[in-house]
Amino acid sequence: MRLDAKVPQGPLAEKWEAYKGSAKLVNPNNKRKFKVIVVGTGLAGASAAATLAELGYQVDAFTFHDTPRRAHSIAAQGGINAAKNYRGDGDSVHRLFMDTIKGGDFRSREANVHRLAEVSVRLIDQMVAQGVPFAREYGGLLENRSFGGAQVSRTFYARGQTGQQLLLGAYQQLARQIGLGGVRLFTRTELVDVVVVDGRCAGIVVRDLLTGVVSSHAAHAVVLATGGYGNVFFLSTNAMNCNVTAAWRAHRRGALFANPCYTQIHPTCIPQSDESQSKLTLMSESLRNDGRMWVPRDPDDARAPGDIPEDGRDYYLERLYPSYGNLAPRDISSRAAKRLVDKGHGVGPLKNGVYLDFSDAIGRLGRGVVRERYGNLFDMYERIAGENPYDAPMRIYPATHYTMGGLWVDYELGTTIPGLYAAGEANFSDHGANRLGASALMQGLADGYFVLPATISNGLAPLLNQKLPDVDHPAFAAAEREARERFGRYLSTKGTRSPDWFHRELGRIIWDYCGMERSREGLEKALGELPALYEEFRRDLRVTGTGEHVNQTLEKAGRVDDFFQLGMLMCRDALAREESCGAHFRVEHQTPDGEAQRNDADFCNVSAWEWKGEPMASALHAEDLAFESVALATRSYK
Amino acid sequence: MSDLEHLTLRIWRQAGPDDEGRFETHVVDQVSDEASFLEMLDQLNERLISQGKEAVVFDHDCREGICGTCSLMINGRAHGPKRATTTCQLHMRSFRSGDTIVVEPWRAAAFPVVRDLMVDRSAFDRIVEAGGFITAPTGGAPDANLIPVPKPVADAAMDAAACIGCGACVAACPNGAANLFTGAKISHLNVLPQGQAERHRRAEAMVETMDEHFGSCTNHGECSSSCPKEIPLDVIALMHRDYRAAKITNRRSLSRR
Repeated sequence: MRLDAKVPQGPLAEKWEAYKGSAKLVNPNNKRKFKVIVVGTGLAGASAAATLAELGYQVDAFTFHDTPRRAHSIAAQGGINAAKNYRGDGDSVHRLFMDTIKGGDFRSREANVHRLAEVSVRLIDQMVAQGVPFAREYGGLLENRSFGGAQVSRTFYARGQTGQQLLLGAYQQLARQIGLGGVRLFTRTELVDVVVVDGRCAGIVVRDLLTGVVSSHAAHAVVLATGGYGNVFFLSTNAMNCNVTAAWRAHRRGALFANPCYTQIHPTCIPQSDESQSKLTLMSESLRNDGRMWVPRDPDDARAPGDIPEDGRDYYLERLYPSYGNLAPRDISSRAAKRLVDKGHGVGPLKNGVYLDFSDAIGRLGRGVVRERYGNLFDMYERIAGENPYDAPMRIYPATHYTMGGLWVDYELGTTIPGLYAAGEANFSDHGANRLGASALMQGLADGYFVLPATISNGLAPLLNQKLPDVDHPAFAAAEREARERFGRYLSTKGTRSPDWFHRELGRIIWDYCGMERSREGLEKALGELPALYEEFRRDLRVTGTGEHVNQTLEKAGRVDDFFQLGMLMCRDALAREESCGAHFRVEHQTPDGEAQRNDADFCNVSAWEWKGEPMASALHAEDLAFESVALATRSYK
Repeated sequence: MSDLEHLTLRIWRQAGPDDEGRFETHVVDQVSDEASFLEMLDQLNERLISQGKEAVVFDHDCREGICGTCSLMINGRAHGPKRATTTCQLHMRSFRSGDTIVVEPWRAAAFPVVRDLMVDRSAFDRIVEAGGFITAPTGGAPDANLIPVPKPVADAAMDAAACIGCGACVAACPNGAANLFTGAKISHLNVLPQGQAERHRRAEAMVETMDEHFGSCTNHGECSSSCPKEIPLDVIALMHRDYRAAKITNRRSLSRR
């Protein structure tokens, strides 16, 4: 299969303008003849739905939450990048583009990344106009801070709640369109299948989570903005209900799934405290602006952190990466912490963390300034860990946070199923093998506000006045029947183990063998264990209750089923990629000083997997990456 | 790390909006005091499933106090005993072995029970749809630094915008009023320069939609004291001021009634 990324011709910096200048448009009076479905109401989904409705398309928006404002974008803390250069510190669109390409370890598509850097500038304008209360200087201008993987201050933020404020901004635009009748909203409704007729996406099948009723919805275009799959690890910083189902069901219907093994482990999360733990909590990377990471030099040093003198401490990021120090990118910081904890330098009762210490910053700036910058994060830490970070250093450890992989999309964010688009974390396109901090909010909003409205019109224009399949087409009835049978099977298996039990076991295997460091031996072991556990899931699952009322156990069963299939693909992808790049670290491929060793000769590409009817039977295709404006270089943050 | 050896839970079970509902008593043993309150309920649910019984339905998602999905009246208090803490961030170290804990859904006429501890809070969305936004079509925005916003103003907007829409204010209010929620959204947008153009129309539309769904405020202040984000009561004063100003300023709409 040849993958056509549809990258426009011309110089890199002019591609997006050239694309917009030649894209087909839909006349304002004709836009209302088109129905667009948007699944998911996070940053990408809410902004896309609101903008498309404002343009005049009929939009149906779906969320499994009780209101669009709950989507997990809300939990992003640190900030949003934009190449505004308001600090005059040398930032530019080109520099943001370069930082993102380098941060992604040269495994992302140049043209997409450049477009992202270009539109970042207008995003901030848009969000300010909507009333997002970004941090301000006393003179009233916008404040910035720096973030991992960058040497300029280009991150805009709203205390430690940037994701919340941006999502509320997008949600409010969506709410306005709902009030005006431009968007029909379906809450507590989950996508259970994607319907393809004659090779084109014809609509979706959904399940009403309150009544269990399965129904069909037809549209001219469908956007999946359904987030990432970090919960395949069971323990992650994702919200409990984040899942891969929408992307996975699209994959099973023909959408290629790209780079599933690129999963980001965030360096600063609160370590696991016991066996019953259900999720991990992230502490914003922005804390690394003022906090210093260290471990005791002596693994057996049992003194309280404040009693360990300077020469007994190893400020390991400052030692290993002097030029970036505590702001080294996420993958690099995470691996450094893991190696020290593995060598016994871990701190805390379970020796499973490292210190993030603010005593220098408090001494330099005073408590008041530190509270101003990070107060809500410090409070959150104290609530969870039961310790006060103003007095003792935080204990932190890496945890799964974000997935760079996702549905393969071309330059127009179209999947390999015509008419089906993927946006935000659900697609793979912009972050390569590792995402930089404060870039997820930027990408989600860029896709929704600026990219999709242009590309969807280009896709819809040729369809004007064509009769498209309606919900009475037999393909919809068949997909509904399959979904009903699948949920019926979960209920009728009547085994002994709950969906959560299987999820925990699945997550343990994925974390152990496909987590921060991967090896051929470990991945092969995982690929031996996973099919057996999946077989047990199909035989021994127990779901109580019925399918005709709210049944969270049943919802979970469907999601865990899809996580199993994705988990196998992740391990196969990690095994096939014989190199280390960004967040994908294969122990067989490292430099003598333990850094990632890329293999540009064989793997300067995107892996894109095609479903072949069984989880272990998927076929691998490759989109070769051509770097025209950037020289491939070994990433160095030293 | 230590364990709470024995807890008694009196949990509200209700099959649907029309069911009468009742308390059910369950005992949970050996709960880690590092566990969160919701992880304790997870443990109970795992046991119920293993006994072939239906799990207790409750809303939850981010489990880090920001999405506003979780709820629960715990021993009669919205989000439980800890100040400025959502249920998902409440940890079992706030309880003692041997405690009896009463767990109920939000109880308010505008939030009908869906099942067990899950309620329908969509009336909040109706209020926002009525005017809780700034009309700013995509693409037409001026440069972000064109309108300076004094820091104290931005901070005041942020204080109000911190609302997570959980509904604790309504559940805690003896009248089931939503003044704190509505006041927070109005204050967030009405103090900012960008929000001025629609200031009065916004206050009027949101307050009137609020009144269609929720009870009236009689200044108890329970809302603010139960708010996990500590939204201050003065957002209600600002809302009233802008509503009154809207009624006087907007004579045309006044004369239509």
